[in-house]
Amino acid sequence: MRAALFVTCLVDLMRPRIGFAALELLEAAGCEVVVPATQTCCGQPAWNSGDHCAAVTLAKKVIAEFEGYDYVVAPSGSCADHIRNEYPKILAAEPEWLARAVTLSGQVFELTDFLVNVVKLERVPGHFAGSVTYHDSCTGLRSLGIKAQPRALLAQLPGVELKEMRAAEDCCGFGGAFSIKFGAVSAAIAERKCNNAVATEADAIVGGDLGCLLNIEGKLRRLGDDRTPVLHIAEVLTAK
Amino acid sequence: MESRSRQFKANTLAALSNPGLQQNMRQAKGKFVDKRAKSIRELDDFDGTRTAAAAIRNRVLDNLDLWLEKFEASASARGATVLWAKDADEICRHVVDIARRHEVKKTVKSKSMLSEEAGLNLALEAAGIQPVETDLGEYILQINNNEAPSHIIAPVVHKSLDEVADLFEKVHGTPRKTEITALTREAREVLRSHFLTADMGISGGNFLVAETGSVALVTNEGNGRMVTTLPRVHVVITGIEKVIPTLEDLSTLMRLLPRSATGQSISNYVSVLTGTQAAGDLDGPEHLYYILVDNGRADLIGSEFQDMLRCIRCGACMNHCPVYQTIGGHAYGWVYPGPMGAVLTPLYTGLENALDLPHAATLCNQCGVVCPVKIPLPELLRKLREKQVERGLRPQGERRAFKFWARLAASPTLYALAAWFGVRYLKQLAGGRKTITSFSLVPEWMLGRDFPAPEGKTFRELYAERGEKK
Repeated sequence: MRAALFVTCLVDLMRPRIGFAALELLEAAGCEVVVPATQTCCGQPAWNSGDHCAAVTLAKKVIAEFEGYDYVVAPSGSCADHIRNEYPKILAAEPEWLARAVTLSGQVFELTDFLVNVVKLERVPGHFAGSVTYHDSCTGLRSLGIKAQPRALLAQLPGVELKEMRAAEDCCGFGGAFSIKFGAVSAAIAERKCNNAVATEADAIVGGDLGCLLNIEGKLRRLGDDRTPVLHIAEVLTAK
Repeated sequence: MESRSRQFKANTLAALSNPGLQQNMRQAKGKFVDKRAKSIRELDDFDGTRTAAAAIRNRVLDNLDLWLEKFEASASARGATVLWAKDADEICRHVVDIARRHEVKKTVKSKSMLSEEAGLNLALEAAGIQPVETDLGEYILQINNNEAPSHIIAPVVHKSLDEVADLFEKVHGTPRKTEITALTREAREVLRSHFLTADMGISGGNFLVAETGSVALVTNEGNGRMVTTLPRVHVVITGIEKVIPTLEDLSTLMRLLPRSATGQSISNYVSVLTGTQAAGDLDGPEHLYYILVDNGRADLIGSEFQDMLRCIRCGACMNHCPVYQTIGGHAYGWVYPGPMGAVLTPLYTGLENALDLPHAATLCNQCGVVCPVKIPLPELLRKLREKQVERGLRPQGERRAFKFWARLAASPTLYALAAWFGVRYLKQLAGGRKTITSFSLVPEWMLGRDFPAPEGKTFRELYAERGEKK
């Protein structure tokens, strides 16, 4: 089966190793992985900031690049949801594009959801020893139902102990442009998330969306915690 | 009420640097969220009930004019007078006229957010009529120089017990009390004489029942009963969108409203009031008026924001909102705070008067999943952002930045080039550390956080290099 990897712009820029970890997981699951070279961003920042026009342009670009594969997989609930659930809204006025958006919508998956529910990966390739606490990112959780999937994958690693934090489902305060428009409010929300995560005394804070992870890491470091790693679940599942 | 939503950003900073408020908001969050979560488990099919409730509200909104006429006919047949108000001024004019017609000197009020929209207390005072708030929270605010409520069902959620104790001591001139029961007894003693001497009662209305011409009131303190039954005149002020077809529909909505609002299976009082006092009735007002208010609502009918009119004012969206929990209700600057307020304020007071509010949300959709009538609040906030862009209301710098970014993202070559430079620049800024601690491009981010450093090369570069090695 051919799966196209949607790397996401944040992973491309900030944490390429997450992209390679996702690649490794998909290959471990038996996929032939393709990485379309011209990919950039799904257009979610444009759509969420009210720029309909740019959102349409980028949606069409992604559809043209990613249609025709068996599956499209992204290491982000937020980007996967944007392609799956928002593209049909964005392109509602153009019947031909809408049809293509709807087809792609059925093929796009968030990484952990894909590994657990589509390819049913039973042996993750990594070796990770230590305790982790898992932050449920909002869009993945509430729009795609990503909750049990990452935990099921973590449970495949014998060395991992999951320590659930209080209010794991509460927003971390990132919110994309929100974090650079209302920085003080955003950081105050992030502080609650960090406090809840740190209170578990887990060795690492883990999540499935890089935006949230950068927010949490940025707050954690500002609070003086230089030690606790903040990791994408793909990194944990492929750790050597 | 005058809007201070334009100062939203400054309001948030004030809220964040107010330790008392922060403490009070933390306590409120636990109370509301946990109690609601527990009480909705009593329903076999909470989500199905939400769907049914949304359908009831949609049915009305799709033909609102017809349902309002039906309500008017039913209410008139039971002796009530139905008046219409298009805006805040007209609400005040109607109330003052009614008060003058019946020679009213003093009026007792139970909670009405519409009266906040209208700034009614000030208008009554100006007309020489004494308004007395009798909901405990609203009473506390009134004796504190007519402070604004910070929550639609818990107006003093921002205050601590100590603050109320200080206020009562100062205003009532009594020895300071710190027991809640002693404070409420003191308020009750003050209010009792007002109930007995008022000539007119003013209430809001949670629902208007079209088939019977009734108003349904959902309260906890019992003041609502006193306000609506003791004085000679009762005035109900509520929005035109509050009408529902039948009493059966009321029972469906009542399965959701108290649970979503306070986590109660049922509120202490549910009053269904129908008509004036008829021969043989033990109580009820001699004169009953309904003031049904538009104040921006009719414009939403048939628009892409019509879903917002389903709102039953439970407050669950704000109770669960990470932003509201962090800044409290006053920061939003007008009558309605939290996600529902961030949608309603620009729609009712003008997009340009509340530019920040639709952006003051992480779009986490916690509000959307708790809303008892399934209002897609994040989607409505996003549409408001789109309206701002369409009307050219966003700052030029922001628009330029987004346009530049969108152009890059649409062109893989330019994008790759910009990314190549960008990650190297950031890596250099970090200077070998894990994070960047000073970064003038995103000052807001840096207010309370570091900026994690990138790895230094993009995925696309590394992937291409890997391909070459193979």
